[in-house]
Amino acid sequence: MAKHVVAAVGEIPPGGRKLVTIRGREIGVFNLDGAFYALVNRCPHQGAALCTGAVVSRLEAPLPGEYRLAQAGAMLRCPWHCWEFDIRTGQSWCDPNDIKARTYNVSVEPGEALAKGPFAAETVSVAVEQEYVVVEL
Amino acid sequence: MNVTLRDHRIDNPAQSHLGFIDCDVHPFYRSPADFDPFLSERWREHRRSIGHRSRQGLARTSLYPRMSPGNGMRGDAWPKDGSPPGSDLELMREQLLDLFDVRYGLLAPLVGGAAAERNVEFGAAMAVAVNEWQCAKFCDPEPRLKASVQITLEHEESALAEIEQRAGDARFAQVNIPPRGLEPLGRHRYRKILAASAAAGFPISLHLGGTSGHASTGGGWPSFYHEEHPSYVQSMQTLVTSLVCEGVFEEIPDLKVVLVEGGFAWLPALAWRLDKHWKRLRAEVPQLKRAPSEYIREHFWVSTQPIEEPERPADMLSIIEWIGPERVMFSTDYPHWDQDDPRYAFKVKLPEDWARMIYRENAQALYRLD
Ligand code: FES
Repeated sequence: MAKHVVAAVGEIPPGGRKLVTIRGREIGVFNLDGAFYALVNRCPHQGAALCTGAVVSRLEAPLPGEYRLAQAGAMLRCPWHCWEFDIRTGQSWCDPNDIKARTYNVSVEPGEALAKGPFAAETVSVAVEQEYVVVEL
Repeated sequence: MNVTLRDHRIDNPAQSHLGFIDCDVHPFYRSPADFDPFLSERWREHRRSIGHRSRQGLARTSLYPRMSPGNGMRGDAWPKDGSPPGSDLELMREQLLDLFDVRYGLLAPLVGGAAAERNVEFGAAMAVAVNEWQCAKFCDPEPRLKASVQITLEHEESALAEIEQRAGDARFAQVNIPPRGLEPLGRHRYRKILAASAAAGFPISLHLGGTSGHASTGGGWPSFYHEEHPSYVQSMQTLVTSLVCEGVFEEIPDLKVVLVEGGFAWLPALAWRLDKHWKRLRAEVPQLKRAPSEYIREHFWVSTQPIEEPERPADMLSIIEWIGPERVMFSTDYPHWDQDDPRYAFKVKLPEDWARMIYRENAQALYRLD
């Protein structure tokens, strides 16, 4: 398991995302209210580029006709058949026990620590005074 | 206790699809004016100044909005210049024809509004225009694509003329008839059109969708697209039942019917039910010389997308066995949001000979392709 620097923190604003390729694997890195999450860019259903889908809220209806938006912006809707996944856990909304999109550990680390290594920064150059999003893979 | 294990084959793509025949591909226009070169000035002006009058009562939208932008397009199928998915032949090659080495793709143009047009003469003109447009934009530059003859069921004379005109033209593979009509397709008033299709060597393909102006279910209008979707299947069932019960296949023994995008797990159950009732009610339908299931087995083909996904994936094999593997044909529905990827659509491994039939041989034989 190696750590990969994928972006400077400011590069992915809240609600934003960045698609990166790490060791040949496409991964989507998302910022949800300041916390970062990473998912494989491949839907477990039929393989669509999941991380290019719409970011939506979890819409709940405790009773017919009563609606509430829960967890704003926490769900990712596949661009093909619209299956929805929790960005934080990869869990499928319609079949949470059986289906999961692959997730990766993400951390935010100061450039100072990263400068000491070991880490892989394929495309991002690191400055000590900044903070970086780091994906483990 | 039995435990249901989902067989996720996403990491183990099937290969047997390579060189398949895709029985449902949707071409689209860049702009509605794309049809103008194929319309007479009389209808060009009509299109511009009066426009379409569909039986659904709404213009420029469908009765039930889809989840995906573009009225149900696959999210990643938009050409870079923002044109509608399905309008760019290059992208269609990249995402479908070349990617999967598709041998042939059968076009199902759900454009032009010919079938549901209230002004049936305009509808007839649009049908001809869409036929010309399919050839000019898709089949001539890309011979792997085969056109479907568009007609207006409610204008018999023009429909017959158009079928005759396209007979023997290898660019056309079949006649498209919308499954939601003013009356069930087996009714006598449509018989000549069905006979002409068979005589021309064209199967008729019933592609799910469209609107007749009637409520989409026998019990009234649904609230949600989620409800509307299975109601398309009901209209397919109505047509199968109507074609069988009216004795159409006794009168036109070489008529072949393809049910496109309507699912198929329901077909055996419908056949069982029709057989059961036929034993009791045959005196009412003496035109039926054989059990309904026999006509169904002999005259109907089904396309796969949107594929059935039974909870126990292996149940798929029983369903195909009941229908007959020689009657099932693979389709993607590119570039629609609910399209199937040939590598991952089947969540169960098909026997080799079935895979060959479903991906290729059945369509090859039905449409007389090489
Ligand atoms: S491929 Fe993602 S929902 Fe089907």
